[in-house]
Amino acid sequence: MLMKSFRKKYPPNFVIGAVITVVMLLLILMSFFYTPYDITKMDSASKLAAPSFRHLMGCDNFGRDIFSRVLKGMENTFVIAFLTVVIGTAGGVLIGAFTGYFGGWLDEVLMRIIDVVFAFPSILLALVFVSIFGTGRYNVVAALGVAFIPSFARIVRSEFIKYREMDYVKSAQLAGVGRLRIIFVHILPNTFTVLMSSIMIGFNNAVLAEAGMSYLGIGVQPPDASLGSMLSESQTYLFSAPWYAVFPGLMIILLVLGFSLLADGIKA
Amino acid sequence: MTKRGKNVLFVSMLLTLTIALGGCAGDKEAKDSNEIAQTQTAAAAGTESSPVEKESAAQETKDVADSHITIGIPQDLDSLVPSLSQGAGTQEILFNIYEGLIKPDSDGNLIPAVASDYTMSEDGLTYTFTLRDGIKFHNGNPVTVADVKYSIDTCAGLNGGEPVISAFSNIESVETPDGQTIIITLKESSSSFLAILATVEAAIVPADVDDLQTNPIGTGPYKFVSRSLQENVILERFDEYWGEPAHIQDITLKVLADADSIVMNLEGGAVDMVARVSTTQAAEFGDNFEVLEGTMNLVQAVYLNNAAAPFDNELVRQALCYVINKQEILDFVSDGKGTPVGSSMFPAFGKYYIEELNDTYTTDIDKAKELLAQAGYADGFSFTMKVPSNYQQHVDTAQVVAEQLKQIGVTANIELIEWETWLNDVYQGRDFEATLVGVDASTLTAGAMLSRFRSDAHNNFINYKNADYDAAYANALAAEAVSDDEKATQYYKECETILADTAANVYIQDMCELVAIRKGYAGYEFYPLYIQDFSKIYITE
Repeated sequence: MLMKSFRKKYPPNFVIGAVITVVMLLLILMSFFYTPYDITKMDSASKLAAPSFRHLMGCDNFGRDIFSRVLKGMENTFVIAFLTVVIGTAGGVLIGAFTGYFGGWLDEVLMRIIDVVFAFPSILLALVFVSIFGTGRYNVVAALGVAFIPSFARIVRSEFIKYREMDYVKSAQLAGVGRLRIIFVHILPNTFTVLMSSIMIGFNNAVLAEAGMSYLGIGVQPPDASLGSMLSESQTYLFSAPWYAVFPGLMIILLVLGFSLLADGIKA
Repeated sequence: MTKRGKNVLFVSMLLTLTIALGGCAGDKEAKDSNEIAQTQTAAAAGTESSPVEKESAAQETKDVADSHITIGIPQDLDSLVPSLSQGAGTQEILFNIYEGLIKPDSDGNLIPAVASDYTMSEDGLTYTFTLRDGIKFHNGNPVTVADVKYSIDTCAGLNGGEPVISAFSNIESVETPDGQTIIITLKESSSSFLAILATVEAAIVPADVDDLQTNPIGTGPYKFVSRSLQENVILERFDEYWGEPAHIQDITLKVLADADSIVMNLEGGAVDMVARVSTTQAAEFGDNFEVLEGTMNLVQAVYLNNAAAPFDNELVRQALCYVINKQEILDFVSDGKGTPVGSSMFPAFGKYYIEELNDTYTTDIDKAKELLAQAGYADGFSFTMKVPSNYQQHVDTAQVVAEQLKQIGVTANIELIEWETWLNDVYQGRDFEATLVGVDASTLTAGAMLSRFRSDAHNNFINYKNADYDAAYANALAAEAVSDDEKATQYYKECETILADTAANVYIQDMCELVAIRKGYAGYEFYPLYIQDFSKIYITE
């Protein structure tokens, strides 16, 4: 009986997603304070060592501990993806709210600009940005963040267009409530459910985009690690040391899978 | 079966079919490049990225096997005009398309090329070249003395404009008294003149072709066919070559800017040969490949911008040298292969090379810390090290260097940049703190390695300024001018010693060169210079 109501309340997708996500977040949290080995510490004796109890995921071509680097890589990937989504959401909510609420020429101009930005794949946009302003993690965050604004802006705008004609908004306007207050206090909270699921999806896209950028060598710079850069470095050793590529790849899959299932569960 | 079930079945069948077909396509491609020599039909070769006009050419010359090789190169060519080319990676390829009056052979000797013969006057000021009989450009036109004069004049700046090759500002005049003879007169005698004349930069090009960049025409064993930017360059054997013709008919040079993809490309059959693979990459190859070992003939170092703080302080530079453990770098990056060097000179230079300079700084962390403290950086400092991302060996070395520098509290932040960006920002713009690259020599004259460190040298990208060095270099040139080779060598050695003592750069090694070549191809020859000679490669089966 209890089991049944639990199942009804929390679909299996949600439970699995939550478990994976919580475990991943705990690992990431741990990496801020502790990794088994220094991630840049080289050891010529254990070059490309296979997984063992000393090195859970083996070692890379410099004898660095892959488990430690995967932890740090997850942290870097997570932080970049997180900041990207923060920028994307903040920018998207501001633009979406104002254009949706006020409409008029401002709406026309901003939305056409958004259309232009939207027309390019976010990775391509980020590549252009990075080639102008240089590599490095904060440039990647800025580039991806800007590229993520349009999708959020569109969603928020359509919500605002829907709500601005509602009676409670009209009566608030008649009661003389300030425009900013109407936008942020009266309407914005109503868009949360829609916003939440697009944040989850956006986060997944950001994880993959960061991995892609680092894979191309323009994200996190060596000797620091990110899941994407580890995949790129491990490519040469795919045949002789497959574990080097498998573990970072597995972590990307788990990270994205966890959030996807969670987003799915929340929607349901 | 429900309608939905049918749909699912249909879609999955379609998917399977697509995948199966895709698999076939990949297979076929791999086979094409492998077996192209055996099939020997013009049609089969025609499908493999070779241009249409090739088919008819193949039929005309039935006596030679229709053969093809795809060679991976780490970057696109920066220019197709020999005198404007900058990167060593470009010049080593252009070597196959262009030739100078003379050119180096695989022992480093200078052999006649466009000229069939030459003599030098006793005072060393006048060189007389005889044009090779019947030599032709790739477009079929005969090479004339006017073409030679035009080419040399352009390089020497005698056609107006700056001299393209700075050493050629020494040329007084180029005269062509008859249709066979070229007389080059120098202002001062120079023992390095012939060696510079043999570089690809001083290649002979036709005077009547306006745009070599789109229509490169030379006299080399291979002629240019086409090029896709950042993708490939296609060459074809020049059948009217004056010397021993090349063996292989078609060459595709495929740009593999991503060092990580080299193994995949080789194993997958997309590429047959790559020069300069790393030892770790070499270990990945199966039985299909042969790995040849030579030296790269360059000086790999952390090149320091001597004008930028804190590297304007000699003590800081020396401190870095004391920390770096070259043997450890070799062990990590290339399984111990390679030759540690201590100055801007590598072993192939023979008499100019001083092996002992390698011991100028033996790893001594305490000494390094002491020097840093003296320089006022007791707590260390951090700097940015720019590394071209297409050279995996440099990227790997940079990571080991950064790790070693941590021992004295110095943080090296690695910044990976594109090769084109490196050329623009670092080499030309001199906008960098430190960079890890290899510097090669275009000739085996001491000046090729040492002239760039004169205070006013146009290519002194590290902004090295040292009055003693300038004086020693001037003395060496003066000794050369009176053909006193012994004295000149002595002064050049002094230059090298000054570079080592003042720690102009953190010198590391002359890297080992490993060439991966698919079994079935052979004949690759190493040069003591940065040169890839494709004409010697042949097919064995």
